[in-house]
Amino acid sequence: MQKQPFIQKLYQILPESSVLADKEELRPYECDGLSAYRQLPWLVVLPESILQIQQIIKLCFSNNIAVIARGAGTGLSGGSLPQENCLILSLAKLNKILNVDPVSRSAQVQPGVRNLAISDAAKAYGLYYAPDPSSQIACSIGGNVAENAGGVHCLKYGLTVNNILEVKIITVEGELVTLGGQSLDSAGYDLLALITGSEGLLGIIVEITVKLLPVPEKAQVLLAAFDNVLDAGKTVGDIIANGIIPAGLEMMDNLAIKAAEDFAHAGYPKDAAAILLCELDGTTIGVEQSIQKVKNIVKQNNASSLRISGNEQERALIWQGRKSAFPAVGRLAPDYYCMDGTIPKKCLPDILDKINQLSNEYNLPVANVFHAGDGNLHPLILYDANIDDELERTEEFGGKILQLCVEMGGSITGEHGVGIEKIDQMCVQFNSLELQQFHKIKAAFDQKSLLNPGKAVPTLHRCAELGGMHVHDGKLPHPELERF
Amino acid sequence: MQHDIAQLIQEQVIEAHRSQNPVEIISNGSKHFYGNSIQATPLIVSQHQGVINYEPTELVITARAGTPLDEIEKVLSDNGQQLAFEPPHFRVFDTTRNRSATLGGTIACGFSGPARANAGSVRDFLLGCEIINGLGEQLKFGGQVMKNVAGYDVSRLMSGSMGTLGIILNASLKTLPKHEHEISLSFSLSRDQAFEKLTQWNLKPYQLTASTYHNDTLTVRLSGNAEAVNATHKLLGGERLENSPEYWQYIKEQLHPFFKTDKPLWRISSKPQLDIPLTRFDEKIDMGTDSLSEWHGTLHWIKTTVAADNIRKIAEKLGGHATLYRQGVSKQNTSIFHPLTTPLFTIHKNLKMAFDPKDILNRNKMYAFNLHHKS
Repeated sequence: MQKQPFIQKLYQILPESSVLADKEELRPYECDGLSAYRQLPWLVVLPESILQIQQIIKLCFSNNIAVIARGAGTGLSGGSLPQENCLILSLAKLNKILNVDPVSRSAQVQPGVRNLAISDAAKAYGLYYAPDPSSQIACSIGGNVAENAGGVHCLKYGLTVNNILEVKIITVEGELVTLGGQSLDSAGYDLLALITGSEGLLGIIVEITVKLLPVPEKAQVLLAAFDNVLDAGKTVGDIIANGIIPAGLEMMDNLAIKAAEDFAHAGYPKDAAAILLCELDGTTIGVEQSIQKVKNIVKQNNASSLRISGNEQERALIWQGRKSAFPAVGRLAPDYYCMDGTIPKKCLPDILDKINQLSNEYNLPVANVFHAGDGNLHPLILYDANIDDELERTEEFGGKILQLCVEMGGSITGEHGVGIEKIDQMCVQFNSLELQQFHKIKAAFDQKSLLNPGKAVPTLHRCAELGGMHVHDGKLPHPELERF
Repeated sequence: MQHDIAQLIQEQVIEAHRSQNPVEIISNGSKHFYGNSIQATPLIVSQHQGVINYEPTELVITARAGTPLDEIEKVLSDNGQQLAFEPPHFRVFDTTRNRSATLGGTIACGFSGPARANAGSVRDFLLGCEIINGLGEQLKFGGQVMKNVAGYDVSRLMSGSMGTLGIILNASLKTLPKHEHEISLSFSLSRDQAFEKLTQWNLKPYQLTASTYHNDTLTVRLSGNAEAVNATHKLLGGERLENSPEYWQYIKEQLHPFFKTDKPLWRISSKPQLDIPLTRFDEKIDMGTDSLSEWHGTLHWIKTTVAADNIRKIAEKLGGHATLYRQGVSKQNTSIFHPLTTPLFTIHKNLKMAFDPKDILNRNKMYAFNLHHKS
């Protein structure tokens, strides 16, 4: 399809200002939060209504144009990275909160609504939306659903998939379909779960009903410092073993602590090998008792210092350090690469050890930030993209971390998604039959593979070509495939 | 008991695929009443048993699908933990042995108990599973970690799919600590009053872990830290139930006298409300005794002979759907599950094709896809 005639067709659906085709206009859409990968899109459209989206999708379907949906563009795995001949469908203008209903404790929102804006709107009823990815000021709820976003409160409150009721999608044929419903369950297969985290490959998410929770009566955070990582790791297990489910349980290592403290001045002990942030929430009495229990556990595990937030201001300050860890680490080197593997919690000390070994091997420093409560690691590899081959070495290093995660019984991604970034590691986590099953699911929704093609699930040939990279125990993965 | 018959199950599926003879997946049969009755060769999976891995501090248990919930809950209880979605066991007593729900059947049916509105359902706790699809391929999705967004969420797709997409071999579930303390309170209230109270309490951070409304009585369960529970009790008032655990056990297992009936038992899932306008279709219905609502007004059990179409219309109006949960003494001439809209049915059919192209696994158990007429 020629570009100009296609633009003319788009003009019949959208005002000219909502169709971007000039290089300079397209530039902001060349990447998402994973800025190491860039590609100018063919076209960008900015629809304002479901009807417009349906018309655009139908037009693309009949002309075999690939469509990549984009929310706020904060994704960290290149999920909305353009392809050369694709149309970027921005959902930014669908940014209205349609309804907040205290009776059903839910909010009906458009996909472009920012995550934090939902909690702001629900506040009047004493309610909030629980999943809180670090980017919650900027990231949009449509993207959260597409990626199954998490955050620091997942251990207690779950991921996006556990906090939504209904999603309306537009299929590749342009049909509006409702998945899930206003009740707690719905007839048929759990398509709501299937669409959540499907990274824009199965449909365009155009409306979401999220669940809201009552704001806890009290929340307190406890900051404990340790002289070694083992003690910190053991504390995590002991807290859980004592029947306590913290609202958040975060760990940072020395390099991350130092960076965060210099950046946010949260009062973190800069000489500690590791710190734990343990937040308890619930009723006032419940929180007081749990804090006491955690305090004892922390002491038994040789904490070198301990601090408990005395008021909301102090709680916010302690969290400020953790929440600014990424930008803080960003000041230590020209570039950093954020990983997102998960492991069973018991493997924390072990994987830290191995990451340190690899760090020495590659001569690339790593700052470690963990959602320790649910075994989600965010090692931040520091590098300089201007130095020859350093990005390649960083990616190789990152790939090895993810392989370790899989070997320890975990996953290559806990909350950032596969996108284009971890597509090769998918060949490590899944075998050919499983990948084939994924492709069949994709075909069940999108036979022509027009929705975000090439993302999230690698082709079997791609895995075969990579085979050499991932030989375990002398066993060649995907042995049934031809090698190129 | 440890017993691995995965290979045997796989061989039977491969044979069924080859011969295109459908199979009906059967474990302990505790939920055999549920879903469309079908004619197919039984494929017995109950022998596939055993807890494979459980580490309390990881909050995860992995077990083979035929493992009885009794066994899983015993292991968890010994470590102060539980399956927080409170799945029913629906114990069947017969002359030979004591049969009750297994892990696989619970996931396949997507059943959760009284705690569901507060704690989440079986699908919320499902972290991963290994399945055999309709081609006889053994596949593993998800895992044993809380967070895992690699690939489509096939594990959760299995939940409630009634074995029509794959046979579950084993599954990993998130576990949680048992509540330290629980009490139940009852209140004599009209429907409107009860709903107002529920709505009001739901906006507060009380640990309201279960509720029923039946016979003009609202019963709620409070769980958590003992002092916090008692403090909430003081705020709410109400009469304290002597036999709290037994009460919820009876609700969960449908042993409560309400469930003794010859009539069809309907399950309506709705937006929160307690007003189910059925009287215009059935003048004889007594909503006090013929209905019981759970899950903070989002789940309604109704004993009635009202025509399926009318019940389904009401369910849709209430923002939900209706399932003919138990048929009663006479077989009802209607589909068990709520009919799907055309575009949704197409997606279901395509997914069935994607997992089980010959339609050999529990054919027609949920919906009739009529794939086998093609081939």
